Amino acid sequence: MTTTPIARASQARSLGRMLVVRVLGTIGILLVLSIIVFSMLHLAPGDIVKNLLGNRASSPEAIAAIRAQYNLDQPLYMQYLIWLGNTLTGDFGQSIRLQDSVSNVIGSRLGITAALSGLAFLLAVIVAVPLGVQSAVRSGSWIDRFATGFGIVGLSAPTFAVGLLLLYTFAFYLPIFPVYGSGDGGLDTLWHLVLPAITLALGLGAIILKLTRTAMLRELESDYVTFGRARGLPDRQVHLIALRNAAIPIVTGASLVLTFLVGGTVLAETTFALPGLGTLLQGSVLFKDIAVVQALTLLVAVTIAIIALLADLAYIFLDPRIRAKESAQ
Amino acid sequence: MSSTEAIVLAKLPRSRRRHPVAVWLSLALLGVVAFLVLFGNLIAPDATAQSILDSLLPPGSPGHLLGTDELGRDVLALTIAGAASALVGPVCVALGSMLLGILLGTVAGYLRGPIDFIIGRWTDLLFSLPLLLAAIVVAGVFGAGYWMTVLLLILLFSPSDIRIVRAGVMEQAARPFVEAAQMLSLSKTRIMFTQVLPNVWSLIITNSMLNVAFALVAFSSLSFLGVGVAPGTADWGRQLTDGRAIMIDNPAAVLVPALLIIGVASAANLVGDWLGQNLTRTGRS
Repeated sequence: MTTTPIARASQARSLGRMLVVRVLGTIGILLVLSIIVFSMLHLAPGDIVKNLLGNRASSPEAIAAIRAQYNLDQPLYMQYLIWLGNTLTGDFGQSIRLQDSVSNVIGSRLGITAALSGLAFLLAVIVAVPLGVQSAVRSGSWIDRFATGFGIVGLSAPTFAVGLLLLYTFAFYLPIFPVYGSGDGGLDTLWHLVLPAITLALGLGAIILKLTRTAMLRELESDYVTFGRARGLPDRQVHLIALRNAAIPIVTGASLVLTFLVGGTVLAETTFALPGLGTLLQGSVLFKDIAVVQALTLLVAVTIAIIALLADLAYIFLDPRIRAKESAQ
Repeated sequence: MSSTEAIVLAKLPRSRRRHPVAVWLSLALLGVVAFLVLFGNLIAPDATAQSILDSLLPPGSPGHLLGTDELGRDVLALTIAGAASALVGPVCVALGSMLLGILLGTVAGYLRGPIDFIIGRWTDLLFSLPLLLAAIVVAGVFGAGYWMTVLLLILLFSPSDIRIVRAGVMEQAARPFVEAAQMLSLSKTRIMFTQVLPNVWSLIITNSMLNVAFALVAFSSLSFLGVGVAPGTADWGRQLTDGRAIMIDNPAAVLVPALLIIGVASAANLVGDWLGQNLTRTGRS
């Protein structure tokens, strides 16, 4: 397609405008979320000072210190602005449950969660993408039926129920894997992460499988596949070309995968008693350790917003048809 | 694009009949669980009755087919009683979210303009939160009980219903019969709810069935984490939390509710998929 310089310029302008709109929208959503997260402290049942003091003795000095630290005598919008400023500079306050700064608490547990999610994601992609391709290519065959059944169970089965079944089968009944905890680091930790990762990968894999299958089915019906076949290209090559085009909807499904992963890690870590961010969230929620809950919620919201933004942008930049349509508007 | 309905309602390019046996089995399982919800208290003894003498018995003990848990409660009776908690909440969530979806989705899709914009940003905001995380945080921090959790989940589930109804209504609103109704100067409310909405029902019903499946997963996940259901309540998710510690002595206390949750959620999902494939084809062009 030949584009005149003028057309190209207007295309760039329109893309630029889209980018700005998207980024502003994301920032807007994050601001609204930050207000909601901030008000959590004030809306939570019970006295705010007591909530912040936790189990510590509530001497008048301690109460005064808390009031000063959280600027409770200031008007509400000032409290929010101060809180937002602290949060943006990485100061999330103190955990009343663990008696440590929130950033330390989160930092010390980030590793386990990152390793677990990474491993699960890797497993899910390795199994689900080829299975999805095969299931689309041989639509209606036994492999497709198996994949569809697996997809339905994987999408519906809650992570913790699957985890407990695996835990019973492979840690109690057949004692192959360790039962609880994260091990002593290195390979031992990796070994402890296998069962939780498989548990998480089942749900993740089901989503990726469904995305892959739907996208591949659509691509296999397009003209270029028919022409490729008519020209005598080997099946393998045709499938690879189709997969390259199917990759766009699969990649942009990333935010869906991430959304699942956030809930899934909480459940998987709780099931296998792994000291990660998920169990931290669960413990903090039950203890009403609000500073930690606020920090974790914001962390997740920011991560998801950024990835969703990147996925949307990838969508625009990967697919020339979308680009053309956006600039035509 | 990147939303749950995109994946659950992704229409398959070629029509293929789902193996009907699986659908019948799913309906049967859902029927049995519904029966337990309605008549469970007639066939099973009081689930929360504790017997101190025979606490923690293995499965197959006399008088306790599935054994007892730590507190000496009969696992079978507890599981039967848990059916109510497992099914009633999710069905209420699906119905409530359907109602919100019909109201807001029809209004947004038919009237468009500023009200559509506001509803659209509202669904954007709710969609940007991971559902389970939001439920854990809000229900946990506020110490919500069962029915507060139902309300919370209705709120969190509604964006998908709103978007689906809105898209369906927008598709219908461009059709000649709507123009005809406008020519007859029917009121906007009447056109929306008596002319346009009936054509979108198939989409709504399909999504509500899928919502039951996902709400069941969300509910049991919350109660597994200790949120939304009071300790001591007969609830499958709760049973799994309590049963984890006694897995060696009485595996049935964990395996039976776990398999039930997986089975019922899968069944509801399968029926939803099947409805989607068979209903939506007639409902839309």
